[in-house]
Amino acid sequence: MIKTKKKMVNSNGTFWERNRKSGGYLLKKKATSIAVSICRFILLFGLCFLILQPILNKISISFMTEQDLYNPIVVSIPEHFTTENYKLSAELMDYSVSIRNTFLISLSIALLQIMMCTLVGYGFARFKFPLKNFWFACVILVILIPPQTIATSLHLHFKFFDIFGIFSLINGEPINLRGSVLPYYLMSAGCMGLKNGLYIYMIRQFFRNIPGDLEEAAYVDGCGTLKTFFRIMLPEAMPILTSCFLFAFVWQWTDGFYSKMFLGTTKLLGTGLSRIVDSLGAYIQRELGVKTTISVAYSNCILATGTLMIVVPLIILYLFAQRAFVESISSSGIKM
Amino acid sequence: MKMKMPKNKLAGLQKRKAISGYLFIAPFIIGFLVFMVKPFFQSLWMSFCTVTLGSGEFTSTPIGLDNYKNAFTVDPEYSRLLVEEMGRMMAYTIAIIVFSFFMALILNQKFRGRALVRAVFFLPVILSSGVILGLESNNQLMAQLAQTIEDTTSNISITGALEDVLRTSGVGVRAFDTLFEIIDHIYDVALASGIQIIIFLSGLQTISSSMYEAADIEGCTKWESLWKITFPMISSLFLVNWIYTVIDFSMRSDNEVIKKIQKVMIDNLDYGFASAMSWIYFLLILVFIGITSLFISKRVYYYD
Repeated sequence: MIKTKKKMVNSNGTFWERNRKSGGYLLKKKATSIAVSICRFILLFGLCFLILQPILNKISISFMTEQDLYNPIVVSIPEHFTTENYKLSAELMDYSVSIRNTFLISLSIALLQIMMCTLVGYGFARFKFPLKNFWFACVILVILIPPQTIATSLHLHFKFFDIFGIFSLINGEPINLRGSVLPYYLMSAGCMGLKNGLYIYMIRQFFRNIPGDLEEAAYVDGCGTLKTFFRIMLPEAMPILTSCFLFAFVWQWTDGFYSKMFLGTTKLLGTGLSRIVDSLGAYIQRELGVKTTISVAYSNCILATGTLMIVVPLIILYLFAQRAFVESISSSGIKM
Repeated sequence: MKMKMPKNKLAGLQKRKAISGYLFIAPFIIGFLVFMVKPFFQSLWMSFCTVTLGSGEFTSTPIGLDNYKNAFTVDPEYSRLLVEEMGRMMAYTIAIIVFSFFMALILNQKFRGRALVRAVFFLPVILSSGVILGLESNNQLMAQLAQTIEDTTSNISITGALEDVLRTSGVGVRAFDTLFEIIDHIYDVALASGIQIIIFLSGLQTISSSMYEAADIEGCTKWESLWKITFPMISSLFLVNWIYTVIDFSMRSDNEVIKKIQKVMIDNLDYGFASAMSWIYFLLILVFIGITSLFISKRVYYYD
């Protein structure tokens, strides 16, 4: 059967012959598809370039000396290749200390947040209890409220921290938790960290799509609620948990708002980067002994280098875990 | 008696399940009560007060609606920033939704290097978040470079020429201006639409191909099946993406209103005024989301 078909195609001869037989239809179709793919290629190439260009630009700038920055002939390939910028940025941000801090904090915060959000998401997806809709509305509210709205009073809340007056009774006055790491861990344990409402929503959505038979079978076989959760449901949900964890990690890594508010005294990459231009000024003043204004180009060069140094670990992470990032958003089946 | 037994048992089981359900969501409830409810109402209360910081204590004296009045009438920037920011949000959200819809349509086709392109489009979700976004927006070196390029090429680009033609024609100049602004900032739009593209893509992949085949046999062109099949089938995702984009946009760190609020709070220590401003902003966004999502959800088509 196949053989005869092949023969038929062969006997139909060349492309042009077949085209004539189809009355020009084949040529038209072929031409359209080529035109579409050329247009698509140009469009996508342009957009990809648009997205990647700032990174490429930063890479080339970060290797330039100051005189290259002002040289109009030098555009992207530095004339005097240097790694001085990296050394300076590393010193200004206290790179080795702050990358360790950032890594530890991001990792622990992300783990804590995802653990808590998984519990909550599972609770919302799989159990019926009174006031469930009310509490879920609260989750939505948490997603909707910009953290900046309540930032003011959170600020004060932690400055004069107290739970129902307990600490006042013991110490005589509320404790000041500002400037320590503890408040943020407490908030993460209570699912109130960065974008935690979103994680709860995504995890709940995922658990809702798992067929209930699986759970019932486990119950029938004598699994308790906890055992079912840990042995049956958690392994099933691993992809979405991985991706939520990666998001939590990455967003915590680059976060400026919560870090500035709660972790002000801890050296972190995010806060270090946002201060890098000021620290550059202070550094130069210290070195030269006179107050000078730094040129815009040079401070931007240092800024670009610093940004690269923050971003590179994330890019490496993304290269390895790209699939986990992207695919589980699709698998969560977000709906309204 | 015999009838009652199983019913009781069922009630017991349901009760047990309800209790374990509450245990599961307990972290959220505790967190919500401790870290959200109190600051939430406190910030609402503070917005009606002047707050003075003393040593070890802060006092708030109620002054009625003065903070709100000041925000609109006395403060020179706030109302202007608010209007600008809302307008920008509207324009950008529409642009982001349209852009990500068409990008998802393109990325859903089969071509070589698709995985690579998808990876590149998703990259901004990771890279332009948090502090980096705020730093990116005031990068003077890049701005200078762009200015130089613009000066040397002096409007010989196609878009520049087109812009001139449309501007001089004089019809709906304001609308064109907004459009041009968005086109000039296509980079920002592309950066902000990573997640939305993925959500649309996941929706596109759930549409069964038999629908398109049936439409094809009935003589439907590709263009018609886009609007008659694809669009209704993923219309619910428009709502999701719309809400996500608005929230995302309103919380960006390069948002002028937020910057203003932070400045008043941290530099001037005027907690009452800062709370009032953030409450106005929050309520406006809530109303905006409410109205627009009501408008969109009327048009959403549910297949099942």
